[in-house]
Amino acid sequence: MADGFCKAFTIPGFALPSLVARVGARLPQWPHAVALAAGFNAVVRMGLLPGENLALLENRSFLIDVLDTGCRAAFTFRDGRFRPLFSVPDAPDLAFRANLSAFLQIAARQEDPDTLFFKRALSVEGDTELGLVVKNMLDAVEWPRFPGMAAPPLIRR
Amino acid sequence: MPHCKIPELVCPAGSLPALKAAVDNGADTVYFGYRNDTNARNFAGLNFDRKAMVEGVAYAHARGRHVLLAINTFPQPGREADWHAAIDGAADLGADAVILADVGLLDYARSRHPGLRLHLSVQGSATSYEAVNFACREFGVRRAVLPRVLTLAQVERVIRNTLAEIEVFCFGSLCVMNEGRCWLSSYATGESPNTLGACSPARFVKWEKKPGRMDTRLNGILIDRYDDREPAGYPTLCKGRFEVNGATYYALEEPVSLNALELLPEIARIGVAAVKIEGRQRSPAYVAQATRTWRAALDALGEGPEGFTVRPAWRAELGKLAEGAQVTLGAYDRPWR
Repeated sequence: MADGFCKAFTIPGFALPSLVARVGARLPQWPHAVALAAGFNAVVRMGLLPGENLALLENRSFLIDVLDTGCRAAFTFRDGRFRPLFSVPDAPDLAFRANLSAFLQIAARQEDPDTLFFKRALSVEGDTELGLVVKNMLDAVEWPRFPGMAAPPLIRR
Repeated sequence: MPHCKIPELVCPAGSLPALKAAVDNGADTVYFGYRNDTNARNFAGLNFDRKAMVEGVAYAHARGRHVLLAINTFPQPGREADWHAAIDGAADLGADAVILADVGLLDYARSRHPGLRLHLSVQGSATSYEAVNFACREFGVRRAVLPRVLTLAQVERVIRNTLAEIEVFCFGSLCVMNEGRCWLSSYATGESPNTLGACSPARFVKWEKKPGRMDTRLNGILIDRYDDREPAGYPTLCKGRFEVNGATYYALEEPVSLNALELLPEIARIGVAAVKIEGRQRSPAYVAQATRTWRAALDALGEGPEGFTVRPAWRAELGKLAEGAQVTLGAYDRPWR
């Protein structure tokens, strides 16, 4: 775009072909939950999530539902660790549902979750306050800069 | 070319990464609050603890930017000490100013910390130059943030009749435009920005997904119903659709966001000292996008107001961030008085 106004790299909004979700939904779902819980636990070990907020997650159930891949991951937080749930609860305390692109845009801090929510590209169901705790906790994480890694494109002037 | 001072860009931060995003993307000043009910964005997990504040202030000051601490709620009976401690903490921290609404707190800050610069919050609801001048005279207030109820002509009238700097909102969610005096949230939930520091607190909010639609409720009150393609908004009573005399519509206020970009040359011409972006409750991504866009616009204005035009890229970027995905000039441009 003109005058260098736009950032160098953006994750586009996209939806995968519906075949992907049909196949994905037939695959075992537990590996996603195990991988996600392990990732979050690594973040906990690095001390990036404040303890007072983590306490608010205790024994609550969470579901991440990636609509266009058909992948779902359910997990809970107990005794200082995220733990995968091997069966998806009927009514999790908090469920985030979106296409893969929206989750990637949130993870890269490219899009504001509120923006995606207002656009109906992200759905949040369950305990709204718990959702806010999770969103604000992730927003407040100071991701470490690894050597050789450029600053995220968003915060480059 | 007539002299045209470029307004200071004041940006929101609900977290340390948001503060850094604001500074890195060109904010002149960042405003933030404590993690408690001394500020009007008291949402779960949002805002700054002491450690984050110290780091945030150091980050901004090292880059020559200013920080403002919002202590813009009204002390609850018997708990005044919490608000006083917040003001003492701001002075300690080296904040460049505190944003206050309550006259008791203005008085406390003035007498206890005479060197601390005071800004009158939008929640202080000063809509006339008489009100602004009262705050200047009695408490030494240096800047007032005007409520979003005035037309630009009225803003200009205030500026011409006061020595205080005037700050106006330029972008972000609009509320019912009755700042500091609104009890709608209290009516629905028993809690409001003035009391607990949050409008329509999240624990009262329910998003109910039904086939083909989503219902939003605030403490059980149905606020709105969206079909699956309709943009949604946060369920505050003022932005609900209600049945009035047989018609269902936004009876109080349309759920739109303020975007005063196209009024920027006029805002600068009348002598507005600072323009403010709303949204401490939003993510670092929002802060980065909104700040970067307004910085670009202010820089373009600095090259001369005659040639200033709103670029389509700015319009698109800000339009995307808006609640309800619609933008308005708000009261600044209303024809009625």
